[in-house]
Amino acid sequence: MTKELKEYMNPYLAGFGLGLVLLSAYLLMGRGLGASGAYASLVSWAMGNIAPDHIAGNGFFDKYLDPGRAPHPLKDWLVFEVIGVMLGGLVSGLIAGRVRFSIDRGPQGTNAARLALAFTGGILTAIGAQLARGCTSGQALSGGALLNLGSWLFMMCVFGGAYLIAYFVRRQWL
Amino acid sequence: MTAPLVLNDVISSDCRLWLAVLIGMGMGFFLERAGFGSARKLVAQFYLYDMSVLKVMGTAIVTAMVGIFLLSSTGFLDLGQVTMVGTFVWPQVIGGLILGVGFVVGGYCPGTSVVACATGKLDGMVFAGGMIFGMFTYGEIFPYVQCFADSSPLGKQTIYGYFNIPYGVVVLLVFAMALGGFWGATMLEKKFAHLKPQERPPE
Repeated sequence: MTKELKEYMNPYLAGFGLGLVLLSAYLLMGRGLGASGAYASLVSWAMGNIAPDHIAGNGFFDKYLDPGRAPHPLKDWLVFEVIGVMLGGLVSGLIAGRVRFSIDRGPQGTNAARLALAFTGGILTAIGAQLARGCTSGQALSGGALLNLGSWLFMMCVFGGAYLIAYFVRRQWL
Repeated sequence: MTAPLVLNDVISSDCRLWLAVLIGMGMGFFLERAGFGSARKLVAQFYLYDMSVLKVMGTAIVTAMVGIFLLSSTGFLDLGQVTMVGTFVWPQVIGGLILGVGFVVGGYCPGTSVVACATGKLDGMVFAGGMIFGMFTYGEIFPYVQCFADSSPLGKQTIYGYFNIPYGVVVLLVFAMALGGFWGATMLEKKFAHLKPQERPPE
């Protein structure tokens, strides 16, 4: 078992690499990294096709459909960046032999419970990221490096929220 | 030559989507290298036996922070052209708490869920499905929560600007805080090493 864990990169080295990627994003594009915005673009694009009348004037979906933002909702910087994240993750996973279908959970608990909680966590994460105007990448990492006040406040609250609730979901992880 | 290079036409803006893919690849690569395609590796942070999340995030923030500080001090990087999200105190406090709960319940955050999907984690794909449903839900309730989402604005606000401390001093303080945090994290990892679960046989 320790074999797989040993294959992970030293966290400081991986962090240094990630930091250089973040720095280059600022130097090249003048913006940091992100992830949740790509999900929002995707959902808004889908809603714009399925129910254009329903979302007109909604204030959220139409923000992502604004032609001033991107010529096409999916020709957005973050959408392409997230495609890159998939590719980069896949390349690293293939090199390490870690790409396989699996469900990640602790030795107790069940797969069904794990998937139900994964779905629930996904919902909460999306709502939290939208309220906070960014997620762990867009706010904590990118704003953190700029010493953005709101980003640091957000980051403390992410850790706070997770530590507060960790005890109650320990059965799926420990 | 002034950075951001694309905004100052040193690099053509036609390249921006290609650059997005390249930068994303770097991000995904290092997240997966660190083990962040695995929910158990990520949430170990909250059971204290493996604090890689803090170490990776802390090192990444410090690296970029120092680079931005030095390059903007020399005038190469024009910070005025850099996109910065405005501070909205209560939405960011509540949003952070909700995201933190979602993180330990679901096992991922938005960026790491993408890496999990790319490496075949079914729970990562279900999490991504949850995020899509969550975005839809947020959009539907947006007219009712917009008032809160836009509340307590402080504008584009930095720590050094808000507390009126020199930029370089805050950079040094954060650097020192990170070193202290890494040392403390390593102590905690030793103390809580017994919580590390046994490996499940692959199914």
